Amino acid sequence: MCLAVPAKIVELNDSTATISVEGALREVDVSLIEEPRLGDYVLVHAGFAIHKWDKSEVEELEAIRAATDLREVLT
Amino acid sequence: MKTLVETVDELAGRVGRDVKFMEVCGTHTMVAFRTGLRQLLPPGVCLISGPGCPVCVTGINYIDAAIELCRQPGVIVATFGDLLRVPGSDSSLERERAAGANVRIVYSPSDALVLARECPSKRVVFLGVGFETTAPTVAWAIFRAARDGVSNFSVLCAHKTMPHAMEALLKDQQVEIDGFICPGHVSVITGSAMYRFIAEQYRIPCVVSGFEAWDMLKSVEMLLRQVVEGRAEVEVEYSRSVTERGNVAAQRLMEEVFEECDAGWRGIGTIGKSGLAIRPKYAAFDAARVFEVKYGEAHVNPLCRCGGILRGVYTPLDCKLFGRACTPTNPLGPCMVSSEGTCAAYYKYEGRLAA
Repeated sequence: MCLAVPAKIVELNDSTATISVEGALREVDVSLIEEPRLGDYVLVHAGFAIHKWDKSEVEELEAIRAATDLREVLT
Repeated sequence: MKTLVETVDELAGRVGRDVKFMEVCGTHTMVAFRTGLRQLLPPGVCLISGPGCPVCVTGINYIDAAIELCRQPGVIVATFGDLLRVPGSDSSLERERAAGANVRIVYSPSDALVLARECPSKRVVFLGVGFETTAPTVAWAIFRAARDGVSNFSVLCAHKTMPHAMEALLKDQQVEIDGFICPGHVSVITGSAMYRFIAEQYRIPCVVSGFEAWDMLKSVEMLLRQVVEGRAEVEVEYSRSVTERGNVAAQRLMEEVFEECDAGWRGIGTIGKSGLAIRPKYAAFDAARVFEVKYGEAHVNPLCRCGGILRGVYTPLDCKLFGRACTPTNPLGPCMVSSEGTCAAYYKYEGRLAA
């Protein structure tokens, strides 16, 4: 139930934003994060952005997801 | 360079005994099963599932109360989908809906508030279940309803919080835990400092983990390293999302709308200060007060071992009902009904029945 997914803000109006999760669009509330901006990556839970990621954090996730075989990942 | 798996193997060897790490969060349980992570761990490192599946720890009497509400004329019960199939004492919300009751699945508490605005002649009750990750979103809905005067909206509140539940497990003589894989998204809200008392008072290592298989393997490595070095600290593996202080805006909103209360955990019992109640200031939006809900005695199948499973004392394979009378299509206990429940995970990924 505490699932949250990273999503990109593609439209912003006041306290709500349209986010894109792998192309799927959905409106979420952004009043729980500071200074949301267009293009920001946010973590979304139950229709709310609960955390804003910076660029290095997005890159970290991409690097983790690029590894297809966990047995080959180096320490 | 060593691989992460080799490092985990080596550290496990250096510990020189079997260790049990509890993944508190149900979403972590699912990741560990679905990705095959459990098979990658050395035999001496055991992952046990904890009480962090909100649906699983919600009392039957809460489900019974929700069912009573949805039977009332003019009431719409709005809920996250997870609760729909949970069996109450003699029905479920899904069955009530099939019989004509107005039960709606919503994706967000804000959708339930929209529903209330759109149906002014109905009374919309949202089922407020979940941990610190979800509670601020429900606090937001109550706060907005009060601000905008949406008087036909209320919440039947059964929110729970993690730290005292984790502490209760440590005080339980039956439960053996060498380290906690702490819930990642709860910690986004609360901050990692919340677990410090567990490391300091109980000398139990804590690592806040992300939700990729790699994150969890890395967290196991960090826990093993603490055990090898005799440390008990709070470390954050999921640093891309979790800070020490957490989401302060969300914490303020929770503080505004909720107050601490004792809470009943299915299978565990009452744990002091482990729940959230709606403050008297927002009583007009508290469905328990508005509808004068009385929580009754629940009927529990005496053979169901979900209680011990939620505390990490039993696995589903220790339960006589598992895979026989209790299956995902006909769940008897909460750990089978929730997709994040330990029994559902075992059924799906571990060959259903013990050999």
